[in-house]
Amino acid sequence: MKIMTVCGHGLGTSFMVEMNIKNVLKELGVTGVEVDHSDLSSVGPGDADVFFLAKDIAEGGSHLGEVVVLNNIIDMDELREKVTAVMKEKGLI
Amino acid sequence: MNSFLSTLVDILSQPAILVALIALIGLLLQRKKLSDTIKGTTKTFVGFLVISAGAGILGVALEPFGAMFQEAFNVSGVVPNNEAIVGLALTEYGTTTALIMFFGMIVNILIARFTRFKYIFLTGHHTLYMACMLAVIMAVAGFSTPALIAAGSVALGIIMALSPAILQPFMRQLTGHDNVALGHFSAVGYAISGLVGKAVKGKKEVVSTEKINFPQGLGFLRDSTVSIALTMAIIYLIVAIFAGPTFIQSELSDGTNFLVFSVIQAGNFAAGVFIILAGVRLVLAEIVPAFQGISTKLVPNSKPALDVPIVFTYAPNAVLIGFFSSFVGGLVSMVVMAFTGSVIILPGVVPHFFTGAAAGVFGNATGGVRGAILGSFVNGIIISFLPVFLMPVLGDLGFANSTFSDADFGVAGIFFGSLANYFGTMAIVISLVVILVLMAIPYKKKAAAKN
Repeated sequence: MKIMTVCGHGLGTSFMVEMNIKNVLKELGVTGVEVDHSDLSSVGPGDADVFFLAKDIAEGGSHLGEVVVLNNIIDMDELREKVTAVMKEKGLI
Repeated sequence: MNSFLSTLVDILSQPAILVALIALIGLLLQRKKLSDTIKGTTKTFVGFLVISAGAGILGVALEPFGAMFQEAFNVSGVVPNNEAIVGLALTEYGTTTALIMFFGMIVNILIARFTRFKYIFLTGHHTLYMACMLAVIMAVAGFSTPALIAAGSVALGIIMALSPAILQPFMRQLTGHDNVALGHFSAVGYAISGLVGKAVKGKKEVVSTEKINFPQGLGFLRDSTVSIALTMAIIYLIVAIFAGPTFIQSELSDGTNFLVFSVIQAGNFAAGVFIILAGVRLVLAEIVPAFQGISTKLVPNSKPALDVPIVFTYAPNAVLIGFFSSFVGGLVSMVVMAFTGSVIILPGVVPHFFTGAAAGVFGNATGGVRGAILGSFVNGIIISFLPVFLMPVLGDLGFANSTFSDADFGVAGIFFGSLANYFGTMAIVISLVVILVLMAIPYKKKAAAKN
């Protein structure tokens, strides 16, 4: 399975969220999930199974398919909750 | 032996190999798996070459633009864009940039470890861009290579700690806590916007931007390829019409219709930036996590300084208002420049979007709607006029028709560049030492109060 984080430039925010998701996955003990980051222009629906976006660019990513919208991109509790939900849904935990 | 040495020098003076080695060191220090180490090192190596490729395309688009602008208005026109100028600069200053970035991050960690400035600057692409600008400025100032790298690294480490620090009072007010800082090299503009907000707040109750209904639907501008291509197309077309078909078709486009040529060049500009962004992403993929991992280990209670969109969610309306208002500030500045006959700094959508948006958020935090509008308007003026004074200290790169766009680049660049111009390289060394000493003095009042 692959998770893609997306932001406007694909350099800073998405990268930070990627690193945080990797930490959450480690906490959860989930392995074999690939996490990568990209910008709105480059990313397409086939690039990953689930996409994580901040609320302010959510409309720009509506074409991506399974999208998880983060209300506050530095809130680790929110991220943990949403990553856990995705992992449960995918049957990985 | 001599041929061995010269081969070694050849290897190390290739920036692509150098950044790959830096990534390799980072990966080894983190004790990554062999496969991850090989993957990360290779990606970093290729990433640097991708940046050069993007710079090539960008140069193709920028050169005719400069000629057209000169023909049309008789002054040079400049499109501030960090990716563009860094891409162009790295071809000449790649090695020194890579070394300044590497040692600058170490200086940042040392400052955070031993002074009260606990900020670790994690926005890797801005670190890279600032390293690049310092490499240029220190070289123009006349340092020899080892001294250049030393002065550049110390300057970079200082800026990485100071930029988040000056904004932190406003960050505290915005976020309500002190755990996170903003790591984006336009902090001077944001802090001034916050001050403007404070000044215009008035005595009545402050109305926040988030209390008003504001049309959404401009989110597509956050897609940087779209916004760059669209605005560059508009700018190219306007300049093309003023330059006239005869000049363009005979001198630049080899007979192709001048409007078609302009639209294609605008697309090339966006394509160049797109490729550079992809390259920067590859280069940073291993370096930033390594920096974060090492810094959290070495600096207890450090404060991460993170990229600018972290503040956008606090006031989405202020983001849009700030962008518009900053852009208007850029337009007004452009008109003023046209009358004064200096170079003309064209308002780029990307810098106004990102820095204007954040200025709007900070202006709103201190002064509500009025603060958001006026604060980001002032930000727009600041990021328009700083490049005018920055470009002369960048040497040959000052004639590149593009330049660094965000406020801290202007402030830092003008500071070090003017010191070198008026007093020579020794003045830069002395100023760096003085700043470090000042930073190392513990803040007595607060410490006493805590005890």
